[in-house]
Amino acid sequence: MHDTGMPPRILSVAPPPSPFLPMRARGLALAPRGQRLLGPIDLTLRAGAITVIMGHNGAGKSLLLQALHGLLRPDAGEIRWGDLPPAEARRGQAMVFQSPILLRRTVAANIDFALRAVGRRDVKARRAALLAQAGLTARATQAARRLSGGEQQRLALVRALATDPRVLFLDEPTASLDPAATAAIEALVRTAHDSGIKIIFVTHDIGQARRLADEVVFLQEGQITEHTGVDEFFQSPKSDAARAYLHGRLPGS
Amino acid sequence: MGFGEAWGLALALVLEADRDLLEIVGLSLRVSLAATAIACLIGLPLGALLAATRFPGRGALLILVNALMGLPPVVVGLVVYLSLSRAGPLGFLGLLYTPAAMIIAQTVLITPITAALSRQVLETLHDEYDPQFRSFGLTRRQTIGALLIDGRFALATVALAGFGRAIAEVGAVMIVGGNIDHLTRVMTTAIALETSKGDLALALALGIVLLALALTVNAAVYGLRAGAMRAAHA
Repeated sequence: MHDTGMPPRILSVAPPPSPFLPMRARGLALAPRGQRLLGPIDLTLRAGAITVIMGHNGAGKSLLLQALHGLLRPDAGEIRWGDLPPAEARRGQAMVFQSPILLRRTVAANIDFALRAVGRRDVKARRAALLAQAGLTARATQAARRLSGGEQQRLALVRALATDPRVLFLDEPTASLDPAATAAIEALVRTAHDSGIKIIFVTHDIGQARRLADEVVFLQEGQITEHTGVDEFFQSPKSDAARAYLHGRLPGS
Repeated sequence: MGFGEAWGLALALVLEADRDLLEIVGLSLRVSLAATAIACLIGLPLGALLAATRFPGRGALLILVNALMGLPPVVVGLVVYLSLSRAGPLGFLGLLYTPAAMIIAQTVLITPITAALSRQVLETLHDEYDPQFRSFGLTRRQTIGALLIDGRFALATVALAGFGRAIAEVGAVMIVGGNIDHLTRVMTTAIALETSKGDLALALALGIVLLALALTVNAAVYGLRAGAMRAAHA
């Protein structure tokens, strides 16, 4: 079980059915100008589990995330979200980037922008709820880019939630945050997960993976070397690369 | 008229707010502000479109727009003159030697400036926003709208650059306006005429106003930048 001092998480109820899941990627590959950076990857992600993608720098974590989200067009293979047509699947996804990309507007206007982008009408009420969720109610009228790093990322996260995603991608959202700000992000992620949003989270913070993950996808040189439950991954990693990673060694050393 | 005497008279004209002087300055401002407004309405969305889209031939188009930034005013004046002259394709409008013709000429002159400069500043912004906007699944129209809003401070300086070019040019307005007293005489054409007539006082007075305007425009650009930095909007 988890050895983080946190109570073990038990799925007491079956995950809510989602038309987006399972996600099936088959033969997925990124090879710009013939140089293979990722794949071929076969990956199936189910509902109800927080998926954490790990791996060394340059292993292809962010590339995989962006390909799954549709920001990068794969050079081979296909991705299917449930039985949804691609355009429909796309509308149910949101992403939080490593460094938040905030508009040059107030905090409230950043949220309004996302709400309007998806055609929400109850902008005021939703904005208030999201600001409260992020603990940014008192900052609503401030310039977003004046916030602290942690506040900026909390804003980016609830702004992503404003689009009512069924799948939320996070690309190392806490890489440059202090422990308190990291904990705040993780709490928001867990709340989103509890509300039935599929979480796909890239990190190279081992402690964070232990705290958040239900399952781990480990990447090494653009290939998946492991895809297992979190306990199994940390207790008995199968691949040398994952063992090296968990022991803080460079791959191949 | 001696040099010192001319300066004295010029300052007196400015300080007394001479009626002829005010009329000329007023027309200059009306023509160039109108041209700037129209050029911005066309050029800024065009710049945003060029910044936000990739298509075959884009590079060539960017080179063309950038090259048009350096259009010689007299050439613009000549082309607009030919278009508006009685035998020209737009001759039926009867606009030649009117302020409207001057607005058209200056608009043609500075629209490439507003388009090319806004493309430059908005492309930087677009590169930064692009992953997030694609994640949101924004339409091209939504993207362009957001770029125009978020680039507002930089775009204001683009507008000022266009205005500065318009108010200072002489060749285009001279050809299509004709420098007619009380009708199409603006600061630059008046300076050219009065200087050639030897009436240095009015020319100098207009020169002082023109310089003051240039200073004001630059101060506004500076103030906009500082304000944008303070508000973390730059």
